[in-house]
Amino acid sequence: MVRKRKSKSVIKERKEKVLSALRNLGGQVHGQILKGEFPSFRMPSRSISNILYDDKVRQYILGKRTVKRSARNVRHLRPFTQLLWTAMFVDELTEQNKTSTLRDVFYSAQAYEMDFQDQQESDSLITDLETVSAFSREDFNVYPEERSAIFGDLTVEYTIPGYEGRQLNLTSHPDGVMIGPALTTAEFVRPDKKKVDKVIAIEKGGLFTRFIEERVHQRFKAVLIHTAGQAPRATRFLLRRLNQELDVPVYIFTDGDPWGMHIAMVIISGSANAAHLRDLNTPDAIWGGVWATDIVDYKLPSSQLTDLDIKRLNELEKDPRYAGDLWKREIETFRKIRKKSEQEAFSRYGLTYIVDEYLPKKLKLKSN
Amino acid sequence: MTVAEVFQEISAADFFYRNRDIAGFTSPSRAVYSTIRELIENSLDACETIGVPPDIYFRISHEAGPIDGPGTYTIRVEDNGIGIPGSVIPSAFGQVLYGSKYKLRQTRGTFGLGGKMALLYGQITTHSEAKIISSTGLKNKITEVALRIDIQQNRPIVLKSKSHTNKRHWRGAIIEFKTEADYSRAMSKILEYVKQTAIIVPYANITFVDPRGRLYRFLRGTTKVPKAPTETSPHPHGVDVETVQRMLKLTNAKTLQKFLRKNFQRIGETTASKFLDYAGIGKKKTPRNLTPDDIVKLVNAMKNYEDFLSPDPSCLSPLGEELLATGIKKELGITDESIQDGTAFVGTVQRKPSTYGGFPFIVEVGLASFKGISTETRILLFRFANKIPLLFDEASDVSWKVVNDQIDWRNYKVVPGETPLAVFVHVCSTKIPYKTVGKEFIADRPEVEHEILNAIREAGRDLRLFLSKREHLAKEKRRLDVFEKYLPKVAQFSTKLAKQKKEPDIRPLLKSVIKYGAEEEE
Repeated sequence: MVRKRKSKSVIKERKEKVLSALRNLGGQVHGQILKGEFPSFRMPSRSISNILYDDKVRQYILGKRTVKRSARNVRHLRPFTQLLWTAMFVDELTEQNKTSTLRDVFYSAQAYEMDFQDQQESDSLITDLETVSAFSREDFNVYPEERSAIFGDLTVEYTIPGYEGRQLNLTSHPDGVMIGPALTTAEFVRPDKKKVDKVIAIEKGGLFTRFIEERVHQRFKAVLIHTAGQAPRATRFLLRRLNQELDVPVYIFTDGDPWGMHIAMVIISGSANAAHLRDLNTPDAIWGGVWATDIVDYKLPSSQLTDLDIKRLNELEKDPRYAGDLWKREIETFRKIRKKSEQEAFSRYGLTYIVDEYLPKKLKLKSN
Repeated sequence: MTVAEVFQEISAADFFYRNRDIAGFTSPSRAVYSTIRELIENSLDACETIGVPPDIYFRISHEAGPIDGPGTYTIRVEDNGIGIPGSVIPSAFGQVLYGSKYKLRQTRGTFGLGGKMALLYGQITTHSEAKIISSTGLKNKITEVALRIDIQQNRPIVLKSKSHTNKRHWRGAIIEFKTEADYSRAMSKILEYVKQTAIIVPYANITFVDPRGRLYRFLRGTTKVPKAPTETSPHPHGVDVETVQRMLKLTNAKTLQKFLRKNFQRIGETTASKFLDYAGIGKKKTPRNLTPDDIVKLVNAMKNYEDFLSPDPSCLSPLGEELLATGIKKELGITDESIQDGTAFVGTVQRKPSTYGGFPFIVEVGLASFKGISTETRILLFRFANKIPLLFDEASDVSWKVVNDQIDWRNYKVVPGETPLAVFVHVCSTKIPYKTVGKEFIADRPEVEHEILNAIREAGRDLRLFLSKREHLAKEKRRLDVFEKYLPKVAQFSTKLAKQKKEPDIRPLLKSVIKYGAEEEE
């Protein structure tokens, strides 16, 4: 049997870039001290006034303003040192292919008399390091708690120690496979277009399970992803890779309310918090529903929008990411009907209605 | 039926015996404290009168009874003061006397009453005699007297008296007697008293041997003794009817005008004449012939007449800024080096003489700050009156009020409870305005309060400079500490991160932050 070719050594190349970014930082500082200079570096400012929406890349980015971090400044020196320590720490992690959590970073620092005042301080240093290097913490093998899952006829090949070269088909486990560090760093084995031609991201676990039960992955040649609410960065990164490396469209299905709408938007356009990072959004992903207009068209069971929902709606209306026609229309409809519906609301028409009737219609969408 | 009351004349000694409570002899522990205090103060006065740096030695020896409760103790006090001529010793120690002169000057005790009270107390509690040895120095003989006081008759009973030749020209006095005491309870107060005395009398050597044979030595920090006070006549604002009546009885002056001129300070021919016009009493009246009504009228007029000159301060003997600083430094253990290198501060201020109610007074204040001062009690306050430490009832004292209620210490960069600070207040006067007969705290006379307040403010200005400088230095040190802590780590981490072998030398960087001080980027 001929072994299927891997898509690309995407993960391996990326890792090399991450390591070289970190070492460049070390080399710069080392060199400055050798020259008798106080080491310093510049990085983009993350202050709110420097967070801009870029139409071209369709995500929030940081503006031109930079800040200088200098070891000459007594107020900078501690965070400066902490940043270098963090870089050194994640360099080792990455090199040894070990993963860590934000909490680990906090505790590991204490061994170097580099105690952080609190978890928040160490978290914000990880963000600094992301800003300096333009890589996200997952690239440094620092992961938050995982809760997302993936299912579909796609084979991945692990790169983590102990599993290097081992392959897994993502239909192996009927509950789906957890999207953790191992999966995030796995290479895709280029699948047969006949088996996979789209990705469906689903907000709710119940529906994800229903889709598996209804064999949506086979019927619609889809890789299914459970975002479990707002998609974690690792999941967003994975969605982007699936979209780009496999060259297949991504559909997003969320609850029909302002919050669900925004889950889709963050996958598409990224978050302001991650304005210093790229490669986390999937600009061409399509929000399939549940739309406000679906609530009307399908006469879905619904409940009243709360004051909090309305407030959120008003915020989103002003957000530059929501400038598109579809988004404007849906916000307006929500405002008009003052109603919201969950994905499960389709069960009113029978358990398989959503898969048999609703889904096929939505998968015909080419874009939002 | 009526009960015939028996009226009895009592002697001065008897009077004091019956009223020993008010003189500070309420209990065996308080009595031993008062005894030591009175005797030391007499000795210090005896030395200062002749401008000699005092050498005081005293010993408390346990004789009988429990060591941790009231028992019998021998007290011995030796000094190198003026001494007492042999012929005067019996009456000087064995008779409670009223002085016949009404001259004023700053002294610790008044007519030596306290010392006699101590002897009386010892006699009535132990039924034993007192031994006094003294010489006035040079070739004068040393006289040794054993005596008791006949309380009812108010006269000394000399039991033994002999003289020795004085080959070594010794001058001074030694007094030794037994008394009832509770040393274990009085110990801490006695030690505190001696320690504080060593502050306010920095030119004295004080040696103390306690009942367990422990030796305490407080050495002088200077041999300079402040100028002895001169005796002055009373100021017309500061006398009462009784005093004036006695003065009138004793005077030889033929006219009232002359009487005023001779017996009061700051009154000359013209002032006397103007004043008597104001009082409405004839200038030519014979002093002895004044009626009681006339006397009351005269004294009231004296109190109300505002054109007398201020009281003469030459009868005062303050310590002076230099000596006060010496005392504070030596007893708090502050070296001149620590003051020079900015880790300790001692600042003293002496105010100009001022007056209240016809009595001159001078306020002296010291402020001290260094890390050895406890911050437990917020601000440590030491109070002195006429070179005597005041140890009781601190919170009722005018100085306490000024220090804790009136000064806003933040203006002087002091954070009470955090900044170590000791405040020393010394009030000198011919009449200290004590609030009670216990003589342990000074009343809040507005004039005195005002002077204390201003003295502390004046001294506070230098304290503020000192604390600002310290704050700056501490900040600078913290700044350098940051560089010293983190720069080596920066070198270490960057070397490791860059996969280099050799760590770069950070010493030039460290050196430059010290050299260029607080210059910082963005």
